[in-house]
Amino acid sequence: MKKTPLYDKHAALSAKIIDFGGWAMPVQYTNVIDEHRTTRSSATLFDICHMGEIEVRGPQALDLLQSALTRDFSGQKTGQVRLSALLNDRGGIIDDLTVYKMAEDFYMLVTNATTREPDFLRVQSILEEKKFNCVLSDVSDQTGKLDLQGPRSEEILQPLTPADLKNLRFYYFIQTQVAGIPTIISRSGYTGEDGFEIYAAAEKIGLVWDKLMDAGAPMGMKPAGLGARDTLRLESGMMLNGQDITQAISPLEVPYAWLVDWNKDFAGKAALTAIKEAGLRKKLVGFEMTGRGIARHGYPVTKDGREIGQVTSGTFSPTLHKPIGLAFVDIALSAPDTEISIVIRDTESPAKIVKLPFYKRQK
Amino acid sequence: MSKSNPTDRLYSKDHEWVKDQGDGTAVIGITDYAQEMLTDIVFVELPPIGKKVAQGEPVAVVESVKSVSDVYSPVSGEVMDVNKTLEETPELVNQDAFGEGWIAKLKITNADELKSLLNATAYDTLTQEEKH
Repeated sequence: MKKTPLYDKHAALSAKIIDFGGWAMPVQYTNVIDEHRTTRSSATLFDICHMGEIEVRGPQALDLLQSALTRDFSGQKTGQVRLSALLNDRGGIIDDLTVYKMAEDFYMLVTNATTREPDFLRVQSILEEKKFNCVLSDVSDQTGKLDLQGPRSEEILQPLTPADLKNLRFYYFIQTQVAGIPTIISRSGYTGEDGFEIYAAAEKIGLVWDKLMDAGAPMGMKPAGLGARDTLRLESGMMLNGQDITQAISPLEVPYAWLVDWNKDFAGKAALTAIKEAGLRKKLVGFEMTGRGIARHGYPVTKDGREIGQVTSGTFSPTLHKPIGLAFVDIALSAPDTEISIVIRDTESPAKIVKLPFYKRQK
Repeated sequence: MSKSNPTDRLYSKDHEWVKDQGDGTAVIGITDYAQEMLTDIVFVELPPIGKKVAQGEPVAVVESVKSVSDVYSPVSGEVMDVNKTLEETPELVNQDAFGEGWIAKLKITNADELKSLLNATAYDTLTQEEKH
């Protein structure tokens, strides 16, 4: 398994380590519920070094992104982050990734851990096909990433950086320093809380981690693992690549239709148009259990004894204190408040479709 | 730190305990070591009263936030009673696996099976090995 630059720190903290897409990652340090609640009430620090970073540099960097990705980047400002989808030729999602506009001719793509190589190959093939004047480079191994998430994040990070965090808006970033180390600080995350994604050179990320651990401890900050990351994102109605979305799923069947800008051309558009015109058959929805049991990935969804879909993510929500999940269901039965059943160990247990997100922080 | 394993009961290699009540019945549960490995238990599926189980067969299900684990019956028997409190407070298994977090009471159908189980000392050794 691959290790992040912070692996020894996790081991020293007695974290439970799991294999996440070939990476040895901490799933929990104490327990998932504690780390989850600490994120919602104070702050937590996550090692996200396994995610990918791809740089695009050159006069036609924007043209490449416009061709490769579903989102329209023409209005993006330097310092702004945009979420987008990268599709295959069948209109399926290869990745949901964020695009950082570093300068007029310089962008950084932040990819999921397991899609880093497919993303690079897809974008590189579009670059070569269209002969754009720009260069793609995978800088993932040289780049470290930490997520500091929770309501006290700004209070913890501000004393360590000259950047004015108060005026850094959601989905904007700044190139600055943390404890004198060059970093990118982005106000964004995957937990539904206020917080920051922090990038620094891989060999310096351990120092940033140590500084944040020291600064955060008096405010109740703790490290958190992938277990809490998963329950936090699910409560916030966010999808997990490879689990809720796969290359067989289009953005139209999941809550990603807003990532598609139809006013421009992009890779996969022809197939996506055909999918739209043929009419969608299924839709990803949120549900909560009204009966007993916890729904899990792969469990069948039924309505009046007939199978109408499958659970993609399911867990016990530590904030709402009940089991919640995401499932694909027949589009005719996808409206909120529709009563469905989840088949848990051969027994149907009642559930109800609800609007996403399950949890929204108070601002 | 795990609590020490009580000497008044026997243990399976799958980390269940069974306490012979001396009247043909036994109480079963999962060990403190098992609850520590599972962490944050959020759901326990209890068997129906009257269910017959063979030794080593799943008798209940314990779920943490992240995982689903079968509880294997350490002996063959018929379910006489279950710990209904766990339906509302599954975290009792984390807090007191050897006491308030018991799972079911069985009528033992083959007392000889108890001989195949581990005593507290042997179970201590097993868990020490697993930790290393």
